[in-house]
Amino acid sequence: MEQDNQHNYENNFKISEAKNIIRIFVFGDILKCNNEVPLQNITKNLSEKTKEIKFVNDGLKEWDSSFVLLVFKTIEEAQARNIKYDISELPENLQELIRLAFAVDRKPTAKSGNKMDYLENIGFKTLGVFKLIRKIFSYLRDVSSSIGRFFRAKSDIRGIDFCSALDDCGPKAIGIVALISFLVGLILAFVGAIQLRTFGAQIYVASLVTVGMCRIMGAIMVGIIMAGRTGSSYAATIGTMQVNEELDALETMGLSKIDFLVLPRLLALLVAMPILTMLSDIMGMLGGAFVGVFLMNLPYIEYWKYALDAFNMTNFWVGILHGFCFGFIIALCGCYSGLTCGRNADSVGVATTRSVVNAIVSMIIVTGILTVICQGLGL
Amino acid sequence: MKKQVAIDVRNLTVGYGDYVLLHDADYQVNKGDIFIIMGGSGCGKSSMLRVLTGLLPPKKGEVIIGGVNMATAPQEDIQKIREKSGILYQSGALFSSMTLAENIALPLQQYSNYSPETIRELAHLKLALVGLKGFDDFYPSEISGGMKKRAGLARALALDPDIVYFDEPSAGLDPISSHNLDELIIELNRSLGTTIVVVTHELASIFAIGNNSIFLDANTKTIMAHGNPKELLKNPPNEEVYQFLTRGEKK
Ligand SMILES: Nc1ncnc2c1ncn2[C@@H]1O[C@H](COP(=O)(O)OP(=O)(O)OP(=O)(O)O)[C@@H](O)[C@H]1O
Ligand SMILES: [Mg+2]
Repeated sequence: MEQDNQHNYENNFKISEAKNIIRIFVFGDILKCNNEVPLQNITKNLSEKTKEIKFVNDGLKEWDSSFVLLVFKTIEEAQARNIKYDISELPENLQELIRLAFAVDRKPTAKSGNKMDYLENIGFKTLGVFKLIRKIFSYLRDVSSSIGRFFRAKSDIRGIDFCSALDDCGPKAIGIVALISFLVGLILAFVGAIQLRTFGAQIYVASLVTVGMCRIMGAIMVGIIMAGRTGSSYAATIGTMQVNEELDALETMGLSKIDFLVLPRLLALLVAMPILTMLSDIMGMLGGAFVGVFLMNLPYIEYWKYALDAFNMTNFWVGILHGFCFGFIIALCGCYSGLTCGRNADSVGVATTRSVVNAIVSMIIVTGILTVICQGLGL
Repeated sequence: MKKQVAIDVRNLTVGYGDYVLLHDADYQVNKGDIFIIMGGSGCGKSSMLRVLTGLLPPKKGEVIIGGVNMATAPQEDIQKIREKSGILYQSGALFSSMTLAENIALPLQQYSNYSPETIRELAHLKLALVGLKGFDDFYPSEISGGMKKRAGLARALALDPDIVYFDEPSAGLDPISSHNLDELIIELNRSLGTTIVVVTHELASIFAIGNNSIFLDANTKTIMAHGNPKELLKNPPNEEVYQFLTRGEKK
C-alpha cells in the first residue's frame, strides 16, 4: 500500500521550491488518489520563510474530488500559516469548486449542547435524573386519573381502539405464546429429569413442571414475549404518531393522549395477560407431559395424577397476579417510550428498544418484590 | 376603521432548552387577515406556530388570543381557544388508524352535540369542500400526500374555526394543487372571514394570498421585516429580505 501511494504520488505530483515559492506541479490523471503522501510532502516543504504556494498545471488531464480535496486542504494549510496561494493555473471548473467550498453563506448557529466540564456534566446528569423521575410520576398520575375517568365513564376512550388493541395482544398472540410455553415446559422436564433420575424419582418431573410453570415461569415467558411483541409495537406506533405530528393534533383537539392512546392499550393487555398466562401454564404442562410420557416412558395416567396433585390454587393465582402486573408494566413502558419519542425516524427505533429493555428490567424488579411479599405472607 | 386584533404577540422569545431561535418578537395579527410567517429553513417558523397554538411554552413573553394568554392560562381556557382554531400540520397529521371521515368526525364528537348521523354528513361535506368527495372510507395510508394535506385541512375546518393555522400547506404539492389550495385559503378567508396564519416559503403563495407578514431571520434571531409582502418587495428593508422575495437576486 505504501508503495502504491508513493507510486501514485510520483506519477502525478512534483514539488519544487525556489525563492520561497513552493510550486506543485500536477500532471496526468489524478483519480481516486490518496492525499496523504502529497500533503505530507507539501507541508514538509513549508517553512517560516515560505511566501506562496502555487499549483502549476503541467498537463493535468482527468481529476476528481480527491484532487479537489487535496487543493482544498493545501489552501487551508496555507491560510492557517498566512501564506499566499495561487490556483489560477488549475482548470476553471476546479477553481469554481474551490471558490464554492470556501464561500461562507451562513455560520452554523451554536448547537444547544455546549461543552461542559466533568463536574458540570455530573451535576447536569443528576438534575436530569430528578427531572426524569418527576416526569415518570406525572405520567403515572395521568394514567391513574385516566383510569379513574374510565370507571366514571367520562373517558375519551374509543371502544374500537380497545377492540383492535385486544385483538392484537389476545388472539394474535396465542400461537407464539403456546409454542414457547410448550417448549419451556419441555425444557423444564428435561432438566428436571436428569437430576431426578439419580434418585429414581423421575415421576416427580410432573410435579416440578406444574409448580414451575404455574407459579412463575408461565407469567415470565408471557411477559417476555409480550414485551417484545406488543410493548415494542406500542412504542413504535405512538412514536410514529409523534413524528407525524399526530400527537400535536390530538393535544390541540383537546383529546387526552392518555385516554386516547394509552388507556385502550393498557386495558387490552390487562385483559389479555392473565388469560395468556393461563394458556401458558397449560401448554407448559403439556410440554412436560410430552417429555414424561413419550421420552421417559412414564405411565400416562400416573404422570397426570402427579401433575394435578402438585397443582394448587395459590400457586396458580400468584402466577396470574404476576401476569396482571406484567401487563401493567409492558403497556406503561411501551406507551411511555412512544409518548416521549423524538421527532425523527431514528428516535422511533430508540423508543422501541427502550420500551423492551425497560419493560423486562421492571418485570424482573417487580418479580423480586412480589416474591418477597409472597414469602412474607407465607404463600 | 381600526381592525380588531386576533393574535397579539408581545416580547416573545422562542427556543428549546438553552437554545434560542428567536428573541423579543412583537407583532399583531388582525382579524380577517391572511398572515404569512416566512423565513429560511430552520429559522423557527414551525416552532413559532407551536408557540401560537400553545404546544410549546415560550421562554419569555406573551401570546394573547381572544383575551387568553396562551403561555400562562389554565388548560381549560387554552382549550376553549383551541376549539376555535384549526391547524393544518406540515405532514397532515391524520390519525392513521381512522378513516378520513372518522378523522374529521373526531373533533365534532368531542365538541358538539350533533347526532352521529349529522356528524357523518358534516364530515362528508367538509371532505367535499376540499375536493375529496367520496373518500370518506379511505385510510390515510391509501391516499396521496397532497390528498392528506387536504384531508388535514378538512379536519382543521371541522369546527368552523375563527383562526386557521397552516404549516407549509404547499410543500410537496404539484403547482396546480398548490394553486388550488391557495384559492381555497382565499375563499375561506373571504366567505367565512376566517383569520389565517400561514407558514410558507413558497413565493407564489406569499404574493398571491398574503396581506400581512413577518420575516424571521436565523442569524439575528429577530423579525427582520413586517408588512404586506408586496410592499416589502417594493421597499425591501434590507438585502436579505429582498433576496428572499426574489429568489436570491442581488440588488
Ligand atoms: N423539539 C426540539 N428540540 C430541540 N430543537 C428543536 C426541536 N424542534 C426543532 N428544533 C430546532 O429548532 C430549529 C427550528 O425548527 P423549526 O421546525 O421551527 O424550523 P422551520 O422554520 O419550521 O423549518 P422548515 O422550513 O424546514 O420547516 C431547528 O434548527 C431545529 O434544530
Ligand atoms: Mg417547519
